Amino acid sequence: MWLIVFIKTKKKNLLFKMNSQQRCILFRKKILYLSQRVSALHIGGSFSCTEILDTIFFKLLKKKDIDNFILSKGHCSVLHYVILNHLEIVSDKQLNSYSKSHSKFGVHPEVSNKGINASTGSLGHGLAIAAGFAMAKKSKDIYVVLSDGELQEGSTWEAVIAIKALKLNNLVIIIDNNNYQSLEKTSVSHPYLYPIEKKFIEFGWDSKSCNGHDVNVMSNLVKKRNKKKPFCLVAKTVKGFPISFMKNQPIWHYRSPNKQELEKALKELNSK
Amino acid sequence: MRNSFSDYLFKEADRDPNIYIIVADISPAGSMEKFRKKHPKRFINVGVAEQSMIGIAAGLALKGKKVFVYTIATFALYRPFEMIRDNLCYQNLPVTVVGMGAGTIYNNLGGTHMTQEDVSIARSVPNLKIISPSDPLELASSVRYCARFSKSPIYLRIGKSGEKNFTNLTSEKWRFGKIRNILKGRKICIISHGILIKISFKILDKLKEKNISPSIYSCHTMKPFDNDGFKKICTKYDLIVSIEDHSEIGGLGSLIREKAFINKFNGKVLNYSLKDKFINDYGSQDKLLSLHGISEYNIIKDIKKILSF
Repeated sequence: MWLIVFIKTKKKNLLFKMNSQQRCILFRKKILYLSQRVSALHIGGSFSCTEILDTIFFKLLKKKDIDNFILSKGHCSVLHYVILNHLEIVSDKQLNSYSKSHSKFGVHPEVSNKGINASTGSLGHGLAIAAGFAMAKKSKDIYVVLSDGELQEGSTWEAVIAIKALKLNNLVIIIDNNNYQSLEKTSVSHPYLYPIEKKFIEFGWDSKSCNGHDVNVMSNLVKKRNKKKPFCLVAKTVKGFPISFMKNQPIWHYRSPNKQELEKALKELNSK
Repeated sequence: MRNSFSDYLFKEADRDPNIYIIVADISPAGSMEKFRKKHPKRFINVGVAEQSMIGIAAGLALKGKKVFVYTIATFALYRPFEMIRDNLCYQNLPVTVVGMGAGTIYNNLGGTHMTQEDVSIARSVPNLKIISPSDPLELASSVRYCARFSKSPIYLRIGKSGEKNFTNLTSEKWRFGKIRNILKGRKICIISHGILIKISFKILDKLKEKNISPSIYSCHTMKPFDNDGFKKICTKYDLIVSIEDHSEIGGLGSLIREKAFINKFNGKVLNYSLKDKFINDYGSQDKLLSLHGISEYNIIKDIKKILSF
């Protein structure tokens, strides 16, 4: 109900004039509203990569090129759908149907939905599919967002080596390095993966790391990358950001807030 | 068959610039050299990286390309299975997964290189079609179908080398999804898929000595199964004999038993499939097949018992 009121009262012209900070607050609020109607939501990982997707959709990609993007960490599709709704590709009605019976808009993205370019969800698949995109569309930049947990999948590293060998220099990875996976800290379970950017550089990629909640820094690093190599940006993020009680708490990988938690989270976002 | 596959695909790629092939370090014996030289941008070797092979194929197909992926059957289907399921089948993309040297063809390399359960596994995945051509001629029709008409993922299960043609004996055209009559006869229907059609013809020669003329069929499309075609077979024959280089679970033998029951078939059924066991024999493929009970001798012996001759 809250969501319907919220969406109905939105002023579209105003929405498109928002800056990235305002947009990211809005996206998180929409996810919080949606969370009240579903039993399972990956809120922590969606909040950690909000600025990453905002950078890609509003600083790097033109609207006509949004088919050059894959969300490999598909469990955060709710954020992708919220952004597609903001871009008026997904309707309010469709967004409101999220995770409901008879809806095509579920926890993981479905390629049959407009604006979704690959059905991801099982980790370690998106990068190779993005490589296929990069091969088919060599004049376009292809963006793919990976979770840091996905770097434990062998298929990810197969693709990393193949992408370099096949000279797919139009491919850009942004890793949502929130350092948490379902069970524990990624840096605790796999300490030798770090520093991530060095691994990519060793495999012949260009790679940088930065604050993953700073839209301008991320977009500048991607724009100034060495275009003679594939590029990986390690975006250091905080899971559950910026909600105080969600930050770096593994339970918020999957949990939906109750009413009190929702009020508290909204209050915190409103004070930003 | 691998040389025929290369030749036919080369021809299709010549006429359609959207056709790509991705290989996973298949050896030069796979003879894709002609394709590679003429269309280097559409020949991709990902190396020993079968998961990437399927993922990249999916990415290309999502952008409108027709893609073939090609390697030894076990590495084509089993290693990247989740990618085939999620990337190709769930998204229903027109990618042909070519499994070369399927079944027990690589018996001399041992159990790790055999695919005795591939049809069974592939059959259970929604959207995935299966073609198992009986000879190089049927392979030509299969490749043409995959390249020009298919809009879904296909598992194309092929032999390796030295296979003879048998299907030139019929004027009936190869049609996707249709059981094909290769030789007309009476009372006995011998049906197979893949390279073991050669055993059907060996049996034919023996039975002819006894003045018995069986019909021979090729069930080249294993999914979707030709229910109508099989229904007709059920009305025509007293004995149906199935032969395949595949497990007794989930292959042609299973299908025939299931469909014969559904169609209330009054006659007898004999199935010759691989046993549900890992059996190794590093000698000839024929020797290994006979250890599974698949041999001309065994089949004739069983037919003799039924027909009492």
